[in-house]
Amino acid sequence: MLSGNEACALAAIDAGMRFYAGYPITPSSEIAEHLANWLPRVGGVFIAMEDEIASMGAIIGASLTGTKAMTATSGPGFSLMQENIGYASMAEVPVVVVNVMRGGPSTGLPTSPAQGDVMQARWGTHGDHPVIALTPYSVEETYEATVRAFNLSEQYRVPVILLLDEVIAHVNEKVALPEREALRIVERPQPEVPPEQYLPFVDTPTGVPPMAPFGTGYRYHVTGLAHDETGFQTNDPKVIDAQLRRLHRKLELGRHDIVEVDEFLLEDAEIGVFAYGSSARSARRAIRLAREKGIRAGMLRPKTMWPFPDEEVRAWTKRLRAWLVPEMNLGQAAHEVEWAVAGAVPVRRLGRVDGNLFHPNDILAAIEELA
Amino acid sequence: MFDYQSYLRLNHFPLIWCPGCGNGVVMKSMLRAIDNLRLPRDKVCVVSGIGCSSRLSGYLDFNTVHTTHGRALTFATGIKMAKPELTVIVVTGDGDCTAIGGNHFIHAARRNIDLTVILINNLIYGMTGGQHSPTTPSGSRASTAPFGNSENTFNVSGLAIAAGASFVARSTTYHAQQCDKLIEKGIQTPGFALIEIMAACPTSFGRANKAGSPADMMRWQRDHAVTAQRTEKMSPEELQDKFTIGVLAENPRPECRTEYQKLIDRLREQEAKA
Repeated sequence: MLSGNEACALAAIDAGMRFYAGYPITPSSEIAEHLANWLPRVGGVFIAMEDEIASMGAIIGASLTGTKAMTATSGPGFSLMQENIGYASMAEVPVVVVNVMRGGPSTGLPTSPAQGDVMQARWGTHGDHPVIALTPYSVEETYEATVRAFNLSEQYRVPVILLLDEVIAHVNEKVALPEREALRIVERPQPEVPPEQYLPFVDTPTGVPPMAPFGTGYRYHVTGLAHDETGFQTNDPKVIDAQLRRLHRKLELGRHDIVEVDEFLLEDAEIGVFAYGSSARSARRAIRLAREKGIRAGMLRPKTMWPFPDEEVRAWTKRLRAWLVPEMNLGQAAHEVEWAVAGAVPVRRLGRVDGNLFHPNDILAAIEELA
Repeated sequence: MFDYQSYLRLNHFPLIWCPGCGNGVVMKSMLRAIDNLRLPRDKVCVVSGIGCSSRLSGYLDFNTVHTTHGRALTFATGIKMAKPELTVIVVTGDGDCTAIGGNHFIHAARRNIDLTVILINNLIYGMTGGQHSPTTPSGSRASTAPFGNSENTFNVSGLAIAAGASFVARSTTYHAQQCDKLIEKGIQTPGFALIEIMAACPTSFGRANKAGSPADMMRWQRDHAVTAQRTEKMSPEELQDKFTIGVLAENPRPECRTEYQKLIDRLREQEAKA
């Protein structure tokens, strides 16, 4: 039996994370508490920073030394982290940021679930930037998604956001964890050239440049300013354009590796439910109930929220009469679904922002209306 | 003649700093100190924030990070905690370190983490065009204080001492040789070290306050800096427009990363026994 927060902390250690910096905030604090206990036992470092801005800065610094690093927070802290998340995007520093979503805006509902940070995970920091965000829906999947978050951040040199919600974080479930030895663990690409030839921001076939850890002879410069392949500031429009497009291209090239969805009873479905996190748990039950009533409903569940699984949504749209998007916000993923569907079939939004989970009957009623 | 060039990324010259700026003096002093300590350059990491002084990191052939505004100490904390064998030096300015980064400054000093902070205090925000900072003297003019600064100012070194830094010193770009010694001492200190260096900003502060030429501004430093020994013998009236230079505090305290290593070792020992 594990809670989502516990599974996340455990998976991080198993993925090789050896540096955690954070600031206490409900409902994510158990992640920090577990790691304060476990990290020094494996030779890693836990540090309580003075705020979430500092926590983000510290994990970026640690990652520059070649150490896998993460932080965990909730809405208000996630807001504070945004500037340095942008830095990690721009300077291509692998880090994992866990955001256990709670009710917002502002201090909102500290102990209640919500899914209001879907768009903040995508667009929270300024400027055009690539991002990966994962949305597990169970404790077991939280373990897998955490390992995957580290793998993706290392492989693509990007910050990866792990979007949990209060229910997933705090629910205790029986889980079957994979053997540690059998886990696929990815490390960031290393330079294969001597230091004098090393270009820390060079274009490659994958778009991902190799990353040398500090202190190993590869002395280079890291900045949040627009920079060339050597890492130094540039005002050359051609170079700036090429570098920014490369940041996006590396995720476009890896899109099919990054985007994962789960398809539940979709094969013969007429009504498609698009749901994630704890809303998907209620949706599963609702779909079963609908099927008992003879309504052919199914679910497309994004395990990766960003990049958005628009191709998958479009592919299923051809076989559906309507989409239903239940989420604990007033229509964030729904907006993306509508965009992907482009009017081909109706998309019904079902929002909940009162700090309560969906009851399966709420979703069932909406399915029945669409049927 | 000291070989500065071997430490510099000359392909990124010329420097962005204005003629008469004190930042270059600090950069050279820092290089002399590093050279004198024979630090292997692969193991030196220079972290800076945002602002004129924070551009310094890019000119040096070390592991260098130009971070976000005010956050250099947070990045440096992560680097030092993750890889303690690196010598981590933070270059920052008065706005970067004491305004937007003030909270991090207090906490890095409190932790007494083994970082050497070189704070170039030019009494103004230079890069953004001369707005008043937390160290702009009361009454001095700035683009955002056209009638003279009506706010009180920070005593930056005093703040570091109060927060628990192991080594705190102040000097000026006029006293460049003293800067070398203080930076060396700061790097050697196993804990948080602050070297506050008063530097002239002739373009923004100088013009707004009719402070004269860069040389005049350095003469002002010479005439208003007093050693710690002399300070003790002077009356409050005599000290009115003066500031103290030299070592201001030495306060050996447990260092953050060293203490954490003790914890790691203790837990490993326990595990080995069990």
